[in-house]
This record gives sequence, C-alpha cells and structure tokens, in this order.
Amino acid sequence: MSAPATYRQPVSRLWWLKKRTYFLFVMRELSSVFVAWFAVFLMLMVFAIGRGEESYQRFLDWAASPVIVVINVVALAFSLLHTVTWFVLTPQAMVVRGPGSQQARAMKEVPVAGKWVPAATAVRVGGRLPAGAVIASQYVGLIVVSAFIAWLVLR
Amino acid sequence: MTKRHIEPILWLLFSAGGVAAAVFLPILVVLFGLAIPLGLVQPDYDHLHAVVSHWLTRLVLLGLLVVMLFHAAHRFRFTLYDGLQLRGFATPIAVLCYGAALVGSAAALLIVLTV
Repeated sequence: MSAPATYRQPVSRLWWLKKRTYFLFVMRELSSVFVAWFAVFLMLMVFAIGRGEESYQRFLDWAASPVIVVINVVALAFSLLHTVTWFVLTPQAMVVRGPGSQQARAMKEVPVAGKWVPAATAVRVGGRLPAGAVIASQYVGLIVVSAFIAWLVLR
Repeated sequence: MTKRHIEPILWLLFSAGGVAAAVFLPILVVLFGLAIPLGLVQPDYDHLHAVVSHWLTRLVLLGLLVVMLFHAAHRFRFTLYDGLQLRGFATPIAVLCYGAALVGSAAALLIVLTV
C-alpha cells in the first residue's frame, strides 16, 4: 500500500528541543539506551564472576574507571526517571480493582467457531483503585525488592 | 501480515521489561554500577559467586535481562522513528533493534548457564 499523496508539513529533527514537555518526553524515551547499557553491564559482571576471582577483580577495576562511573551515574538518573514515569503511567494503562469490586453480567463479543457472537459473560465492575493508590503500591514494591536485593548481596 | 501478529508480543515484552526495569534497575545500578566498584561496600567474591550461581538467581536474571533488552529495543525503535523522523527506514531499524535484543538474549542465556 502506498502512502496517500496528501501534504504533510515537514517536522524538524530537533522538534523535541522546542518545549520542556517535549524534551522530558524524549529524555524518558532515551532511558531505553541506559536500560540496554546496564543489561550489558550486568552480563559482563556475571560473566566475570563465572570466570573466577581474578577476572571479577579485573571487571571491578574497569567498572571503577572514571568513564564507566560517569556513565553509571547518568544511567542511575535515567533509571530513576524511567521508574517515576513508568509508575505514573501504570494506572492510566490498566484498571486495578480493589476489594470494593463486584461481579456483574454483561454482553460481550466472544469468538464462536471463527465468528464474533454476543454472549453474556461475567465482568468485574466498581472498586477501581484511585491512581494515587496504584502508584503508592508500586513504590512499596520498589522498596521491598530493593531492600531484598541489597540484603541478598550484602549480608 | 506477520507484522500484525508479532506486534502485540513486542508490546507485551516492552511492558514486562518496563515493569522489571522500573522495579529492579535503580537498586542494581546503585549496588553494582556504583557502590561496589567504588568500594563503598565490598561483598566478597565467594558470596557473590554463590548468589549468582543459585538456580533461582540465574532464572530471575535471565528473565530480567531478556525483557529489559526487548523493552529497550522496542522503545529505541520508536525513538528513532519519531525523535529523529526516520520512519522511512522503519524495516531496517526494527530488524537492527530486535536483532540486537535477540543476540543479547542469546548471550544472556549462555552467561547464566555457564556462570
């Protein structure tokens, strides 16, 4: 299928520098680079640990070099930006229901023998947790996981 | 047509990786990226080796690495599309991004199996 031949106003490649919100959006998207970087960093570390104490020591010396430390400081900033923005988006992306929800019957289209047919199905309604509660519970999760990992590694 | 079928899976991996990175990454960067290399805390090698080579750690680590790589690939793909206005190169960009994630996942599998 070819694109429709309508006029499209060209967009500058630097559109994201024009507004603060655009800039923050692009920073959030760029966090992916540091997620990938740290996945690779962790892989190098686990590989080094697997090869013996000497190899692990060499990894630590490399990880303590100024360039890598600076990259990891930046990675930490981007990872925190990712965490905060991801937690804010979660209640917008999914409905989390609390104990106040109830079962109800509703007509829904369900696939029957390759066709979509309306049928009575059970759905849950009401009791939707407010966004603030969903966000707060994610921070509780973050704290529990972080404390557990720190305990596991440092005990 | 194949693209239609695979896209929901890519979005699912993106979401899973987003959650994993949001919850696990800050503490991992603080510990392994900064505190340990800088000598602020010094867990001994034998302990680290024991933790990392436990089967449960290997499993969690593999899952974490795979979804984080696919999360990054998916997001970076759209950063290139929209941020740099490169929709014209959509196919090569997608192949490069997910290809890199696949290669990284294979490497992660080898590493957790042999640690």
